[in-house]
Amino acid sequence: MSVPRPAVTARPDPSPPATASTFRIDVWRDLGDRRIACRIDAGQGVTALLGPSGVGKTTILNMVAGLLRPDGGHIHVGDVPLFDAARGINVAPEHRRLGYIFQDARLFPHLRVRGNLLYGVRRSPDAAEALEEMARFLGIAGLLDRWPSTLSMGEAQRVAIGRALLTHPSCLLMDEPLASIDRARRTDILQLVERLRDEVGVPILYVTHDLAEAERLSAHIVQMDFE
Amino acid sequence: MLDLPPDYWPIIALSIKVSAVAVGAMLPIAFALAWILARWRFPGRMLLDALVYLPLVVPPVVTGWLLLLLFGANGPIGRWLADWFGITLLFRWTGAALAAGIMAMPLMVRAIRLSIEAVDRRLEGAARTLGAGPLRVFLTISLPLSLPGVLAGVILGFARSIGEFGATITFVSDIPGETRTLPIAIYAALQAPGAEAVVTRLAIASILLSLTALLLSEVLARRMAAGVRSYRA
Repeated sequence: MSVPRPAVTARPDPSPPATASTFRIDVWRDLGDRRIACRIDAGQGVTALLGPSGVGKTTILNMVAGLLRPDGGHIHVGDVPLFDAARGINVAPEHRRLGYIFQDARLFPHLRVRGNLLYGVRRSPDAAEALEEMARFLGIAGLLDRWPSTLSMGEAQRVAIGRALLTHPSCLLMDEPLASIDRARRTDILQLVERLRDEVGVPILYVTHDLAEAERLSAHIVQMDFE
Repeated sequence: MLDLPPDYWPIIALSIKVSAVAVGAMLPIAFALAWILARWRFPGRMLLDALVYLPLVVPPVVTGWLLLLLFGANGPIGRWLADWFGITLLFRWTGAALAAGIMAMPLMVRAIRLSIEAVDRRLEGAARTLGAGPLRVFLTISLPLSLPGVLAGVILGFARSIGEFGATITFVSDIPGETRTLPIAIYAALQAPGAEAVVTRLAIASILLSLTALLLSEVLARRMAAGVRSYRA
């Protein structure tokens, strides 16, 4: 292909080298005459995907989640190959075990908060207890019987995080979770992401256009830019 | 209530039965067509689109005549149904239901299709990332979210079926107690002298039935519009 890739630079990880990379991603997709591409090789903790609006960060996340098929490359999370053009691997999104937190929360409007949280949970005797525990952790225990339309954006985002975590994902994909939230509430969600990083220990691929946000959360920043 | 002679109530009952069966039997087909037209991209989609809406614009007599050709005693489908299942539609109330169902189909497909197109497909993607396969996504996300349109389509189709006349009388004729639905009874009464009072009552009955159905459909459409919710900022 003659289309050049956008420049991708990765800062060195100041923390001790991780045992294995959580995200090994090298994908591209052509949109008209433009190529959206990204290379990530990162360990535990939060990996920030930083870049201006419209550069294709969400497209990359959609490819990692399996909602969009890359034109080429490969995606490994942990040791699991989720997509590999050369080997003909393309795991369906429902089998990727990734928790995707969308910018607009994307709660199901016809289900109450409880129904949303339980959507990806297998029925088991422990499900109710796991739900209660998650609700306490996220501070949404009082919202379980509410409809999504009655939630503030910050509350909806917490529910979305809980909904994803309850499926026991191997990592979280977060697409600018602060973008639709008013400034006063942003710190709450930022602190929550830090708790996910430090207490839950789940690896996070975190998309943002805000350098300060990326630096606060992440030891590893991957920059995406236009050509 | 309408002060109808007792022998006219069975006509209303027959009309409701024919329309209910017509809509019930047509619903899965209408939903499948609506889904295909809303979601699939394939060569010939425009042609299918046109065919689905054809009963809306073709003279109903022509639709009835085509049904005669296909489902009559010597028609390809009619003979097959008779040979294999012993089913005859010609001159039967079931034939009236078939005619009413065909005539109601375009309205049903239209209402259902609009509501399928209004389903936010990003929600389906979100469900996939939570571990739901395509069938579960359809049953738990797409179908419930398009339900208001399905209900509106059912009610519109029912109202259309209640009023169905041309294709029905061409296909199954006017047989009292079997195929004489409300509009056909009104037409028959008009042919006899001195039946103005009966015509008036039957006409009022049919207007009331259809109006009720349309009002219900309007209420559902409004609820559907209100159902497009957003988070409070």
